Amino acid sequence: MDFRERIVKTETLAKDIHLIRIRSEQITGKAVPGQFVNVRCSNGLDAYLRRPISICSVCPTDKTFDIVYMKRGKGTSLLCGFCEGDMIDVIGPLGSGFTMPSAGEKIAVVGGGIGIFPLLYLLESCNGVNKTAFLGFRSKDAVVMKDAFEYASNKLVVATDDGTFGVKGFVTKPFFDWLNVNRPDRVYTCGPLPMIKSVAEHCVKKKIFCEVSMEQRMGCGIGACLVCSCKVKEGPDFDYARVCKDGPVFPAEKLIFE
Amino acid sequence: MDLSVNIAGMKLKNPVIAASGTFGFGKEYSKFFDLNKLGGISVKGLTLEPRKGNEPPRIAETPGGILNSVGLQNPGVHAFIRDEIPFLREFDTAVIANVAGNTVDDYRAIVEILSDADIDAIELNVSCPNVKEGCLLFGSTAAGVFDVTDAVRKVCKKPLIVKLSPNVTDITEIARAAEAAGADCISLINTILGMSIDVEKRKPVLANVMGGLSGPAVKPVAVRMVYQTAKAVKVPIIGMGGISNESDAIEFMLAGASAVMIGTAGFVNPNVWVDTIQGIEEYIKENGFDNAADLTGALIE
Repeated sequence: MDFRERIVKTETLAKDIHLIRIRSEQITGKAVPGQFVNVRCSNGLDAYLRRPISICSVCPTDKTFDIVYMKRGKGTSLLCGFCEGDMIDVIGPLGSGFTMPSAGEKIAVVGGGIGIFPLLYLLESCNGVNKTAFLGFRSKDAVVMKDAFEYASNKLVVATDDGTFGVKGFVTKPFFDWLNVNRPDRVYTCGPLPMIKSVAEHCVKKKIFCEVSMEQRMGCGIGACLVCSCKVKEGPDFDYARVCKDGPVFPAEKLIFE
Repeated sequence: MDLSVNIAGMKLKNPVIAASGTFGFGKEYSKFFDLNKLGGISVKGLTLEPRKGNEPPRIAETPGGILNSVGLQNPGVHAFIRDEIPFLREFDTAVIANVAGNTVDDYRAIVEILSDADIDAIELNVSCPNVKEGCLLFGSTAAGVFDVTDAVRKVCKKPLIVKLSPNVTDITEIARAAEAAGADCISLINTILGMSIDVEKRKPVLANVMGGLSGPAVKPVAVRMVYQTAKAVKVPIIGMGGISNESDAIEFMLAGASAVMIGTAGFVNPNVWVDTIQGIEEYIKENGFDNAADLTGALIE
């Protein structure tokens, strides 16, 4: 089996935030929102493991999909070296995705930082749905894909920690305010732990359907090695689920945050 | 040309086995390649009762390898027999049950249960560095390895493989103890105890602080230990530790291994097992060997 696919575009979206567009009939044919691909950053021994990266968007007609990553370590630094026309070794789609909303439903997505990307694919994939997107960033220069989210949703609210763009403060504030006067059928969230924890707990308390996309360091990415665990409720007890296979998307009420 | 090898009364169609702990119970990798192609599968380490495993994070990437601290998460031996063996038996490949325990009694009990199960061999894991009790405690001394192997041998009706830890002073002394207690085969190496620190957070990367190192980084240590062990015992040896391709596998066989196990490299290349089998076949052809078994110990010194 050959996992190499052609890169058709690379783009820098903001400082250290990069997009790679890959052509793959196999992956675009099967992918659903919330799934990820496992990318090989080098053929050498440095950055030895593949890097799991969420699928951000899919273009079925061009048979391409986008991944967006933040340059922060050895692996992602190596990814920055890939150019248009290069082949990239990418396994996917992997994991289980979001539960898609039905037509006529009202949904909200709450994303923070690099956690926003799988939510774009979700928004782009559901039609006839009333969609509100809440996105949080550190500051103005970290705001990315605003236009794409605006296009894919009915209403977009952007918050920045320092107030240099949109609402000042954490994105949970405008989301919770909105939740006081709106009752969505489904909420989806992905991003930093304090944010997803707060969103998940709030929705569970209000008995609103909520799904959370989790992150964890992975080994195999296919469910065999049991290293990417997250704690989930199992009857009165707990269990460790596999983020790569049982997730990355989990029902909020199943998760145990620590 | 014959790729098959005989180990401890088991005939493997080729010398490449999936290593325990990296391959689950085969289901996940069966989506990537035909498991019929494998010489064998050593399943995820089994304990008498189900184990939840350790707190995450359980993995840290290191140069040319990984540290893991899964901590023997598994559904327990009974669930294995009920839920996993039927699937594994759909394939014509040797099924090796890797077992671990906290006490000698645990080991004896689980081996007794598995002796009546539909499996081909038992691999005694006395070398897991990620659990607080038992396991590595037995594997760290010759007396410990002897005691647990001896106890198990008396109830074991399957070929018995003892998997050794590299975290010892003299591997040959441990290997001899396993052989003297009745092991049919020795597999080595399990992971090397290691540690990694996040200097920004000033905290260990693994929640369990320490973990087992595997991957290409450990290969020279593993080859050396297989080489030494092959000179010390008469029973066959299954070599492992950082094998990523046929050249690595052949290195272990030349050092004295009759078969090899591959694990961590599968995380990077899910086809590594079949690629390696094919590569061994080509090497044999090109180098004038008649069969894979002739590679064992064919080192020119």
